[in-house]
Amino acid sequence: MIEVKNLVKKYGNHTAVDHLSFQIEKGHIYGLLGPNGAGKSTTMNIMTGYLGATEGEVRINGHDILKEPEEAKKAVGYLPEIPPLYVDMTVKEYLMFAAELKKVKKQDRKDEVNKVMKLVRIYDVKDRLIKNLSKGYKQRVGLAQAVLGFPETIILDEPTVGLDPKQIIEIRELIRELAKEHTVILSSHILAEVREVCDHIMIISKGKLVASDTPENMEKQMAGREALEIETRLLPERTEEILSKVAGITNVTYPKSEPGITRALIEAEPGLDVREEIFRAFAREDSALLTMYQQKKTLEDIFLELTQEGGTAYAGNL
Amino acid sequence: MLAIYKREFKSYFYSMTGSIFIAFLAVITGIYFMAYNLHSGYPYFSYSLSGVMFVLLIAVPVLTMRSFSEERKNKTDQLLLTSPVSVGKVVAGKYLAMVTIFLIPCIIFCAYPLIIKTQGKAYFLADYTAIFVFFLMGCVYIAIGSFLSALTESQIIAAISTFGVLMILYLWEGLMSFLPSNAIGGMAGIWIIMTLCVMFVYHMTRNIVLSSGIEAAGSIVLLVIYFVKSSVYEGILEKILGNFALTNVFTNVSDNNLLDVKGIVFYLTLIGVFLFLTVQTIQKRRFS
Repeated sequence: MIEVKNLVKKYGNHTAVDHLSFQIEKGHIYGLLGPNGAGKSTTMNIMTGYLGATEGEVRINGHDILKEPEEAKKAVGYLPEIPPLYVDMTVKEYLMFAAELKKVKKQDRKDEVNKVMKLVRIYDVKDRLIKNLSKGYKQRVGLAQAVLGFPETIILDEPTVGLDPKQIIEIRELIRELAKEHTVILSSHILAEVREVCDHIMIISKGKLVASDTPENMEKQMAGREALEIETRLLPERTEEILSKVAGITNVTYPKSEPGITRALIEAEPGLDVREEIFRAFAREDSALLTMYQQKKTLEDIFLELTQEGGTAYAGNL
Repeated sequence: MLAIYKREFKSYFYSMTGSIFIAFLAVITGIYFMAYNLHSGYPYFSYSLSGVMFVLLIAVPVLTMRSFSEERKNKTDQLLLTSPVSVGKVVAGKYLAMVTIFLIPCIIFCAYPLIIKTQGKAYFLADYTAIFVFFLMGCVYIAIGSFLSALTESQIIAAISTFGVLMILYLWEGLMSFLPSNAIGGMAGIWIIMTLCVMFVYHMTRNIVLSSGIEAAGSIVLLVIYFVKSSVYEGILEKILGNFALTNVFTNVSDNNLLDVKGIVFYLTLIGVFLFLTVQTIQKRRFS
């Protein structure tokens, strides 16, 4: 389990991470989502002990990353944005070195390296120099390094950046496979990727955590604020008159539409479904509705809303 | 630490730097040995070794320049610093690997007195002491090079600054004679040294109150001493800075067959100080 409490990181006057707190529970795949420059990499670098925080603390299984670094770092495998590879070594030499560095026992080292190489499918290139490998393979060697020693938590910083679509799918499958036995935290600025792989999303914007929930819950939570769209052939004034008789409506706007058709966007009190009431109100007046459509907020909308300037705060379990 | 040491040692041979370093030192020493000992028939190998001293100025920066700067540039330091290994052990592993590379030519040098022996009388004690002190001096140079390499991301800057520092140390004795010996000059010199130290303290701590406090207090003390007893400052720079003549310890052995234990302690202290500074530099970078 990883606890991040009140983390602040300042580079001079620039605040990269701003009072960030969250907990990572065992056995999930967490997705750290945010636009470029949101502070994802910095957060990960602090969590793994590469950078020191200006304020706040990171505890890994109860061990503070700065005070008991050796104990804490043992429980974490890390693949940074740029895989930390010594390009003048062969894949096998490099992984043997990484295993020794991670204090894998001498008698287990060979077996474990072989096992990891098979897991990430680089066994065929084990005797090649890392500098001669393609980007996809380099990424996998980096991943193998993170998995070595089979730490409890594996942290991956943008693991699919710069890969071709086929490689992306392969890496995703690998992450899912790893998640069977490890807690995985990955960062990305691509929403589709996080939704596909992760079962818990944390959205970071300007160094702050703006949302943290499962993808389904996130969509559900935001559902309350979704607008209902109707179209009729009545004049706007008449439409307003009818709508005023429906209880629970908080706001109605009339965006432009085709000539002769009135479009209304209706916002109701959160959690209240006013669709039936609106239908009945129009039926009582013997007026026809052309369309009635509940706009559904996708994760994309939530993401954009949360990460843009002046976006509304997320009400979920922060 | 052992893992880093082994990897680092091997990498000097992957990249040829290690091989070239060893070959370079061995060839130049061989030439001096041939000229001084074989051709001119001088029985002390230590004399050739003192001729080779300047070669270290070029060879050591080549050896040390990539030690820390390259890791930082390629971001491989992320692997080392996120592994369950302390920074001190990382620095120690890398330093010992470089020292081992330098040890190889020094072991080759050990054969030369034996060759002299086959031609007549050899002075084993003097020669082997000279080789040992030469080795220690190289270790100090390597520690300085490591520190400068940890300060930058660029190998070139690391190499050139190391060369510059080693050059100044090489010329130290000569430079000393240009220092002012009167009281006011002495005080100014001390003040400059103190200010440099304070700037370093500020660079490391970023504490403006602390550093300006030290600076102000120090300046006042210096002025008071000047007015009370200005003769203290006469020739003080030469006296203080002369102690830092790094090469003197070695040249005393090679030219006069004098081994100064104080000098050995001085070398070991310098190694310790520069390795400590290297560790601090890396630690500090994580917090800025």
